[in-house]
Amino acid sequence: MPSLHLAVAIDRPDTHDAAPYLESALLAEHGALDFVTLHDSFARPGPDALAVAARIAPRTARIGLVPTVTTTHTEPFHVQAAVATLDWVSHGRAGWALDVSATEAEARLFGRRRAAPREELWQEAGDVAEAAALLWDSWEDDAEIRDVATGRFIDRDKLHYADFAGRTFSVRGPSIVPRPPQGHPVRVVDATAPQARETAARYADVALVRAASAERADAARAELRGLAARYGRDPHTLLVFAALDVDLGGGEHAAEPGHGGGPLPTAEGPAYRGGPVDLAELIADWHRAGAVDGFHLTPAEPRRDLERLVNGTVALLQHRGLFRTFYPGSTLREHLGLARPVNRYAALTGESA
Amino acid sequence: MTQRPKQIHLAAHFPGVNSTTVWSDPASGSHIDFSSFASLARTAERGLFDFFFLAEGLRLREHKGRIHDLDVVGRPESLTVLSALAAVTERLGLAGTVNATFNEPFELARRFAALDHLSAGRAAWNVVTTSDAFTGENFRRGGYLDRADRYTRAAEFLTTARELWDSWTPDGRPQPFAHHGRHFSVEGEFTAPRSPQGHPVVIQAGDSPEGREFAASAADVIFTRHGTPEAGRAFYADVKGRLAKYGRSADDLKIMPGVTFVLGDTAAEAQEKATEIRRKQVSPQNAILALEQVWGVDLSAYDPDGPLPDIDPDPDSELVQGRVKIGDPFAVAAKWRALSEAKGLSIRQTVIETTARQSFIGTPDRVAADLTEFVRTDAADGFILVPHLTPGGLDDFVDRVVPLLQERGAYRTAYEGTTLRSHLGLREPVWKG
Ligand SMILES: Cc1cc2nc3c(=O)[nH]c(=O)nc-3n(C[C@H](O)[C@H](O)[C@H](O)COP(=O)(O)O)c2cc1C
Repeated sequence: MPSLHLAVAIDRPDTHDAAPYLESALLAEHGALDFVTLHDSFARPGPDALAVAARIAPRTARIGLVPTVTTTHTEPFHVQAAVATLDWVSHGRAGWALDVSATEAEARLFGRRRAAPREELWQEAGDVAEAAALLWDSWEDDAEIRDVATGRFIDRDKLHYADFAGRTFSVRGPSIVPRPPQGHPVRVVDATAPQARETAARYADVALVRAASAERADAARAELRGLAARYGRDPHTLLVFAALDVDLGGGEHAAEPGHGGGPLPTAEGPAYRGGPVDLAELIADWHRAGAVDGFHLTPAEPRRDLERLVNGTVALLQHRGLFRTFYPGSTLREHLGLARPVNRYAALTGESA
Repeated sequence: MTQRPKQIHLAAHFPGVNSTTVWSDPASGSHIDFSSFASLARTAERGLFDFFFLAEGLRLREHKGRIHDLDVVGRPESLTVLSALAAVTERLGLAGTVNATFNEPFELARRFAALDHLSAGRAAWNVVTTSDAFTGENFRRGGYLDRADRYTRAAEFLTTARELWDSWTPDGRPQPFAHHGRHFSVEGEFTAPRSPQGHPVVIQAGDSPEGREFAASAADVIFTRHGTPEAGRAFYADVKGRLAKYGRSADDLKIMPGVTFVLGDTAAEAQEKATEIRRKQVSPQNAILALEQVWGVDLSAYDPDGPLPDIDPDPDSELVQGRVKIGDPFAVAAKWRALSEAKGLSIRQTVIETTARQSFIGTPDRVAADLTEFVRTDAADGFILVPHLTPGGLDDFVDRVVPLLQERGAYRTAYEGTTLRSHLGLREPVWKG
């Protein structure tokens, strides 16, 4: 059976200090989880997710750190540099949850352009993902040479102009940041909204889908992988996680009889209510059915539910041999079993040589 | 009782993309790995420095239409590095240079508020305005602003940021904000409560009358290039003289030149080391390049150990991109020729004589005395030290010069507060919600 992946949200909407985030990340790391996510939006109070991720990076060792960074209203050049830098300061544990800012209220905070339809914004998000990848590759891994004899610090033939021209922006390059440790930090896209699906299929390493049953999750994954294949990707390089809100309540088992069996649909998406043991059961079932590659869980009550999740659900999955008990590698890509991408410019030079 | 001498402020410039850093030295480490940043920051904190400083460049420099490959190239993004440094330091201020031309107030105010929260009150923003179409090619606006517009945008940018930082009440409730001006028309609700320092410390780096005026009206610190006592005193008097019309006093704006230093056990040893460092900073290839920057023409056929070219500079040259222009090329060329003829200097020797000059050279005692005198005579309020090595370039200074400054009573022996404002002796900004 392919390995099971687990990720959790560690959002604390009202907190701007680092301590509670660090506490949650350390707990998740204790459970050997793949990564933690930090949501972000200009639309409501909350700290800058990427800054929080960077702040906790030196105090954690293995856990992947995946902040949301919107591609709307931001500068693609700055965004790719910040994400690459998160990868540098975390020694290869950075991810990036791409999102769009679709409201008129968010547009007014910037005052540069009107709100646009989600369809367009997700196309632009795809452009930003493409430009970022080009800029991450704009330095070959061995561009820094420090050749005293010729006085050259870098080999300029190993630096490349991205020259990306998209629908809403263009970028010349190269990046100011050398290629990050993972080559490309891991890209995560919530593919629940239909407008996000193409971008997810084309650019995500991990796509999240909100599904109330294993069958629906399986169908969503098949659709995404089908699209990925049409974009020329190996579909198995696109991992699909089921996204669930979880309320682990007070007891060991389901809070309400019959509720532990599966998530219930709510306005925000499928929500699981029940005990940690039943959640472990659900995860094991869906995984055994081969419906998903992993789960992204959002605790209803940050501190309580994360604690019950790690010490209850994850411990049980580990006990049954369904989930790792230690990190065999050190980068987020290694946790996810994803290869370090080949640098596309280096590949080109290699071919022409 | 004798009065306590004027206190010196110190900051550490991370040595990266510039012509000061000697990357060819075996002791020079990575300019990218986080361990280098953490190591230099910890040294600065051990030396009780006010802050740690990162510069910014948003496009790789070019020379003759190709990427400049002789100096250190590449750097991580400042605010992300500083957020991570907040985890490995406790008191040190964390200053990031971020351009006001290629950013938007809401997002940047939010990022600096985050840094101030995540560091418990240690954030600083060095507002720079460098803008050219060359750099603009990496950004949505693609824009070019001429100098006057750059500073009006920067001033309005900062005003808007301050409105955002003040938009939550001190007891933590968001209030709607609206700013409608020439450069920005924005409204809504800010996402972060007032940060520990109220407003992050604001630094300005720029030298023109517009730049000085902007600093006098709005900055807490000026980063300058005036590293000699005479130039420092003139700049100091000029800028401090501009404060009164903004209702500010001399203490509200600290003047800190970027300076280099070389230490030795004896004066002769220090001098010898300084000469050696200058030879490494100005490699044969760098000497030709420096010459080409003045002349604006391809001089690669010239021998760096030979005489200066007798051809005229090209004033319209676009040979150099992404660097501050040197001034009137004819005047500079004439000066260099005169110097070379008078002293019989080669190209490389001439470049060494005219550029990359270290500011403070000598025994730790001599350097401590010179720094104290510099500050006592109002040539500066302190210094942003630019070491020539990463990351160990401050070790000697902190171990050998700081204790002497302390003995002289010119430097703190412990941090008195926890915020950067408290280190700099700056007042907390009044809430104008
Ligand atoms: C000491 C000093 C340091 C500077 N550092 C930077 C920097 O790191 N990044 C940048 O884009 N501009 C930097 N600048 C450029 C200034 O922001 C400004 O654009 C430039 O000096 C031109 O403005 P002026 O005519 O007022 O001097 C620096 C300027 C000075 C004087």
